[in-house]
Amino acid sequence: MAAPDTMREREAGAPPAPAASSRTREVARLLVSNRLALAGVVVLGALVLLALFAPLIAPFGINEIAIDRRLEAPSAARPFGTDQLGRDIFSRVLIGTRISLQVGFVAVSIALVFGVILGLVAGYYGGKTDDALMRLMDVFFAFPAILLAIAVLAILGPGITNAMIAIGIVYMPIFARITRASVLSVREEVYVRAARSIGAGDLRILRLHVLPNVAAPIIVQTSISLAFAILSEAALSFIGLGAQRPDPAWGLMLAEGRGFIQQAWWMAFFPGAAIFFTVLALNVVGDGLRDALDPRQKSAIESRGMVGS
Amino acid sequence: MTEPAPGSAEPVLRVADLHVRFGGRRGVAHVVRGISYDVHAGETLAIVGESGSGKSVSTLSLLGLVPQPPAQVSGEVRFGGRNLLDSSEREWRRVRGNDLAMIFQDPMTSLNPVLTVGRQLTEGPELHLGLSEADARARAVDFLGRVGIPSPERRMDAYPHQLSGGMRQRVMIAIGLACDPQVLIADEPTTALDVTIQAQIVELISHLQDELGTAVIWITHDLGVVAGVADRVLVMYAGQFVEEATVDDLYADPRHPYTHGLLGSLPVLGVDRPDQLVAIAGLPPDPTDLPSGCAFHPRCPYQLDERCADEIPPLRDIGQGHATRTFYEVPDAAEETAS
Repeated sequence: MAAPDTMREREAGAPPAPAASSRTREVARLLVSNRLALAGVVVLGALVLLALFAPLIAPFGINEIAIDRRLEAPSAARPFGTDQLGRDIFSRVLIGTRISLQVGFVAVSIALVFGVILGLVAGYYGGKTDDALMRLMDVFFAFPAILLAIAVLAILGPGITNAMIAIGIVYMPIFARITRASVLSVREEVYVRAARSIGAGDLRILRLHVLPNVAAPIIVQTSISLAFAILSEAALSFIGLGAQRPDPAWGLMLAEGRGFIQQAWWMAFFPGAAIFFTVLALNVVGDGLRDALDPRQKSAIESRGMVGS
Repeated sequence: MTEPAPGSAEPVLRVADLHVRFGGRRGVAHVVRGISYDVHAGETLAIVGESGSGKSVSTLSLLGLVPQPPAQVSGEVRFGGRNLLDSSEREWRRVRGNDLAMIFQDPMTSLNPVLTVGRQLTEGPELHLGLSEADARARAVDFLGRVGIPSPERRMDAYPHQLSGGMRQRVMIAIGLACDPQVLIADEPTTALDVTIQAQIVELISHLQDELGTAVIWITHDLGVVAGVADRVLVMYAGQFVEEATVDDLYADPRHPYTHGLLGSLPVLGVDRPDQLVAIAGLPPDPTDLPSGCAFHPRCPYQLDERCADEIPPLRDIGQGHATRTFYEVPDAAEETAS
């Protein structure tokens, strides 16, 4: 077996950078040159690290009740104060990061997988298939997102797992639409016809030739949808349909803190701030990604980067 | 490779009475109206015609690449003892790229921008020849070398945007030939290229054709390109062949007014009479509303027979494989402008 060895040698021998990585690098460079997006990336990175190591960092257990220290204002020992049961809000917000990111990740994955598949099929096959699928998506679109999520949860029953499913269903049509729109133009490309002319089947064409060429808008949408999914989860938990007590979900903590807003502003403030910064960071990264991935905007950003430096 | 013997041996591909119609709101467009031809092993057949004459659609239908509906394709495309037009999609997939392959006009758009050259080159061999990844890669490297791409090993990992137009067309040719097809359909492969590159590509295809014994159907509107490569020429107008001849006969002795027009509109280097460049008056007919009789008669400067406007002339054999779709002989005076 000589061939694999030579292949490995070639890779090790580092020929001029293959464009896949150079393109990724180019996008990364543009993203970083946009200072706002860079800040977003830093915040997101920090959040992910915090979520990963939360149990190690958290100074107290999330359900460690200390009745004698309830509603304590922020201090050095309790940076975010305590709630009505004396639980450390800093520890709870920290662990809450895990819940939010997990819900966002799972829900958006559901939306992404099903939405993209539906969009690919609808856009590629067109005609009646397209009509049927997209009208179905229109029905989903007709409801306000949160109302649809509540309706789904009313059927499935409240809970964090069902909330992920509900949010996934709510955001699926956006992915389906975006994918379909891009597929409509890509499927007419000569290289798709060329692929068919060498005998590639539909599945192969979709996977190898269409999907990679419609990836950019989907990536951007993923990042923006993550923000909205986290926001939706907070809203659902706030109204009691998502995470259940005593889980330290941000939305749930916000709901609990609402009753104490006069006596202990920190109970609502810190979970709220956590939601705010997470969603903001994701939005900013999403915008940055769109700018970096959209070639038409490239020059604008590069000039902006020049002005900035 | 044994020398091909056109005419005597069994043809590799036989097209008989091929029709393509598109049904639309404005009526049915009859874009290919009963064309028939044979392709023999190793030969080069040129199909010449202007935009909209049906030349591209007719060849796309040889590969089952004309979507039905909206199109209706009828007739016969006989290859390997069966009529390809009866194939299921699955059978078509086995034919495409493997038995019949195609090269498209614009190399800038016919390669997938997000895949490496190597990935696109190994696709055919993996699909048809059942090769392992490593073997397919070795074959791809071999073909990249054959189409004249320097350091093919390295180019395998290049993306299309890193290559020039000529290089990309070479890659397309390599992709087309990678499974050793019996017939290669070249759909105006030089139109989008610089003149100097055109000559290289034409030469490359003829060279590989000799080497591999592939028959080539060369579709073009450029009679200059045809002169260099083709064995036989079919002139297409409004979905029909109006003249068929060997390339030498066609240039020396064109028999159809349309062929005269095409040759007359060809600029000749060194001839200092640009005023002699003759355009064919009028426009090609609308395929939803074809003229009665000979499709060319509204633009024809002769119309020497009273049937021209009423009857479609038959493709009349005038000996030695030369045929023309006229009722009459075109006067000699016209021939002089052509020669």
